[in-house]
Amino acid sequence: MEKELLLSVHDLKKSFGEREILKGISFDVRRGDVVCIIGPSGSGKSTLIRCVNYLEHPTAGTIDYRGTDVNEAFKKLTMYRTKVGMVFQSFNLFNNMTVLENCMVGQVKVLGKSKEEARTTALKYLKHVGMDTYVNAKPHQLSGGQKQRVAIARALALEPEVLLMDEPTSALDPEMVGEVLRVIRDLAKEGLTMVIVTHEMAFARDVSNRVIFIDQGVIAEEGEPQELFTHPKNKRTQDFLSRFANA
Amino acid sequence: MPETFFGWVVYLLQQYGSVLLKGAVVTLLLAVVGTFIGCIIGLIVGVIQTIPLEDNDSKVKRTLVRCLQRLLDAYVEVFRGTPMIVQAMVVYYGAMSLFDIDMSPLFAGFLVVSINTGAYMAETVRGGIESVDPGQKEAAIAIGMDHIQTMRCVILPQALRNVMPQLGNNLIINIKDTSVLNVISVTELYFASKSAAGVYYKYFEIFFITCVIYFIMTFTASRLLRWLESKMDGPKDYQLVTYDPMMDPCGDIPLPTKKPKGRY
Repeated sequence: MEKELLLSVHDLKKSFGEREILKGISFDVRRGDVVCIIGPSGSGKSTLIRCVNYLEHPTAGTIDYRGTDVNEAFKKLTMYRTKVGMVFQSFNLFNNMTVLENCMVGQVKVLGKSKEEARTTALKYLKHVGMDTYVNAKPHQLSGGQKQRVAIARALALEPEVLLMDEPTSALDPEMVGEVLRVIRDLAKEGLTMVIVTHEMAFARDVSNRVIFIDQGVIAEEGEPQELFTHPKNKRTQDFLSRFANA
Repeated sequence: MPETFFGWVVYLLQQYGSVLLKGAVVTLLLAVVGTFIGCIIGLIVGVIQTIPLEDNDSKVKRTLVRCLQRLLDAYVEVFRGTPMIVQAMVVYYGAMSLFDIDMSPLFAGFLVVSINTGAYMAETVRGGIESVDPGQKEAAIAIGMDHIQTMRCVILPQALRNVMPQLGNNLIINIKDTSVLNVISVTELYFASKSAAGVYYKYFEIFFITCVIYFIMTFTASRLLRWLESKMDGPKDYQLVTYDPMMDPCGDIPLPTKKPKGRY
């Protein structure tokens, strides 16, 4: 049976002034998919994932959520964003709040849940990322890996349908990458739908069921990880991947 | 009559201590209330100055916001660009001759200090808001907050912490600079000192006392604000939990075995 279509990006374009970063990108995300987006720096990976969450407004093209255009399906973009969560490269935890408050504020302010309810949900997901012992810590007291785990819990606390991750481990010290990847891998096993921009090739190969290689604003190649990593068809993909093989 | 300098100081303190103290209370009241109201004005102006305008906003909204921002720009420039002593004269006598409003000197004093502080704080608040990491705003938007929620829950609390040192600065400046209000006969500390000094022509002795009182007030204010800042920052402790199993690169990594009950 075909899995339910959650997100459908159609011919997405984005320009900053004269410079066109995305030149028409289309892809689908179905329930349970883990899509990894790879590609060289400056190819538009981050811009793409930011457009999917409307942090950047696309210049052209549409994004459908469960078959309806996002702008029609939701009266306000804010409600769409609770369905499509986001994890940032630089964590962006709210510095003025504790770990627990970080995970509660969205539930209370945006979803309108009661504080008790929000606390229970927040604790559940903090436990899931192994940060439940730190509930009263402020972000500046945490290490990078811990911050990112809290950021993941914060996104999960809104119980989104899709989780977008923009290079979740790029800002971390090498020794902290493992703990974050471990959490993400765990979420993938549980069937959470995710779109992940990453430079961790081994991780992408291992965790995803589809890999998209973006180059110069277009999808150069797309396929199952086994296929794409072992037998890349596109010349640019081959060159890109060979760099990682030699490293 | 006392002979020595300190003899005079003690004598004048006995004679005019209560007058000076009353003046000091008025000074402190003017400074604290003026700074407080000024901060509120500054906060409002600062927030309006930083309203982001996006391409897809309606034309009416853009014009309205732009006009308001230019108007507030003018307010900030005028009140930062003229001396408070002159503002006091203009406000007090201007209100009398233009609008026939005979306000009490004290009220005029509160007004001038508030508006003046507001102009300075507006710029400080704007700077405070702009100095908050843009990632904070993005994260707030990404979890579905609107502009007002983002401001109230995330940006302003951090911006306010950033402007605390400047707020302290303003309070201290106001404690000292309210002395210029003697030109419209507000009976604050400087005015009281001048009156007291005139009686025995002991200017040095009286103003020595005044100097000490001013310093005690400003020093207390600055220490209090420091204490408040450190209170706002909370503990600096990094070792909250001694062992985090997921962080140990060599240890056994126990994954949460019990899956949370949820949709996925």
